[in-house]
Amino acid sequence: MPIYSEKVMEHFMNPRNVGEIENPDGVGEVGNPVCGDMMTFYIKVKDNRLEDVKFKTFGCGAAIAVSSMVSEMAKGKTLEEAQKITPQLVADELEGLPKNKFHCSNLGAQALNKAIKDYLKKKPKGGGKK
Amino acid sequence: MRRVYLDNVATTPLLPEVREAMKPYLGEFFGNPSCIHDWGDAPREAMELARSQVAKLIGANPEEVIFTGSGTESNNFAIKGLALAQQNKGKHVVVSAIEHFSVLHSAKTLEKWGFELTLVPVDKYGVVNPEAVRKSLRKDTVLVSIMHANSEVGTIEPIAEIASITRQNNVLFHTDAVATVGTIPVDVKKLGVDALSLAGNQFYGPKGVGALWVRKGVRIMPLLDGGVQEGGRRAGTENIPAIVGLGKTAELAKADMATRIEHLTPLRDRLLAELPAKIDHVVVTGHLQNRLPGNASFCVSFIEGEAMLMLLNSQGVAVTSGSACTSRALKASHVLIAMGLSHELAQGSILFSLGLNNNPEDVDYVLEVLPPIVDRLRQMSPLYAKFTRTSKGGN
Repeated sequence: MPIYSEKVMEHFMNPRNVGEIENPDGVGEVGNPVCGDMMTFYIKVKDNRLEDVKFKTFGCGAAIAVSSMVSEMAKGKTLEEAQKITPQLVADELEGLPKNKFHCSNLGAQALNKAIKDYLKKKPKGGGKK
Repeated sequence: MRRVYLDNVATTPLLPEVREAMKPYLGEFFGNPSCIHDWGDAPREAMELARSQVAKLIGANPEEVIFTGSGTESNNFAIKGLALAQQNKGKHVVVSAIEHFSVLHSAKTLEKWGFELTLVPVDKYGVVNPEAVRKSLRKDTVLVSIMHANSEVGTIEPIAEIASITRQNNVLFHTDAVATVGTIPVDVKKLGVDALSLAGNQFYGPKGVGALWVRKGVRIMPLLDGGVQEGGRRAGTENIPAIVGLGKTAELAKADMATRIEHLTPLRDRLLAELPAKIDHVVVTGHLQNRLPGNASFCVSFIEGEAMLMLLNSQGVAVTSGSACTSRALKASHVLIAMGLSHELAQGSILFSLGLNNNPEDVDYVLEVLPPIVDRLRQMSPLYAKFTRTSKGGN
């Protein structure tokens, strides 16, 4: 049996939303090269919704598939909905991840959350961004 | 799609002649060589022929060759068996930092059993300095084990020089020659070692068989107790088909070695020269001259090895990587780290191990498909983005 599910392979081979956003509303970076994986998420927010989500990832096949899946799951969601995306939900959507890779590669939800927090911190109080 | 196997370090394909030699022992000649009746004769004779074929390949006497179940078993047997047999003399062993895990972990097991262990470092090319071995020796040192070559980075170690030091100091010296036996000339007398490990599947023989050569007169404690197979040093009914295969592949390796090296070296040299020329920020790992003929190993900056491996696989190319993500333990290659590479660079490890079946077109194909793969992963990499921003922004 191959180590990765078909869904993981599909996202690895054709990752969605790769790239950076110019003047992003929020940026979240997690991981480091020593543990193997590093992800940066960029978000654009409009009316409390994730209008655009992009990522860059340094890491294994699973890390790239996770990033792609998270970006797809998050896009269009409200911030509150997007914050509810957990590593387990991402793994489930990917039809499973190898056990030993669950923690190190599954940083996408964390990176997205960090980007949302970054946005919320920067956001002027009382009003949304134009 | 073209299919290119460049992972001969994982295992090599079985030669058709070897398979044919093995077949009768998977059929008609099924007997147990320990048996006195007729059924034992053919397997016993075949096994002794194999023993002499292996002995010839390494310049040894047949009675000094012990068949085992793998290179890993040979290494476990050597490290534990030689140390335990001498524990009254002392309890200190020395191995290099870049040994295969079957040596390294055996040495760590000895530590748990009350031995002391010294790890000898390597330089940035993965070379063990013989003087560092000399300095590591103590009055109670009973065993030194340094590999003949490291298959991950291709570096060939100065075994004969180290052996002269261990001999002066009356310390046993084992070498793990799994990467070299059958690939480059190996002569136990010229090397001057006391014990040497080898494995069949590393040079076109079957899996599940290896051998440990132990110089006559050197005591070794058996790992497996039972019957008196292999002179009482390795109990268990012998794996006759595999042993026959090991013998046959040893015979062929001895006969064809020069031709094989002539075939592999130019293919390797093209990869070593042309990949770094085609792709920016690629470094060759290991020693450039003292190097296994089929080994072309690199580290590619800003990207991770498993992702490269998977994309190469999607193009029909089989390779391996020493990145943390590729290993089941999720640790970067201890070899690359011991050579002083950063974890970040070690993550980009990629190893092409060429074999007899490869040809110049395979090399052309790799040189064609790898650059776009590297480019694709770099476009995805936050490390590459940071690098281009700082280098282009003049910051």
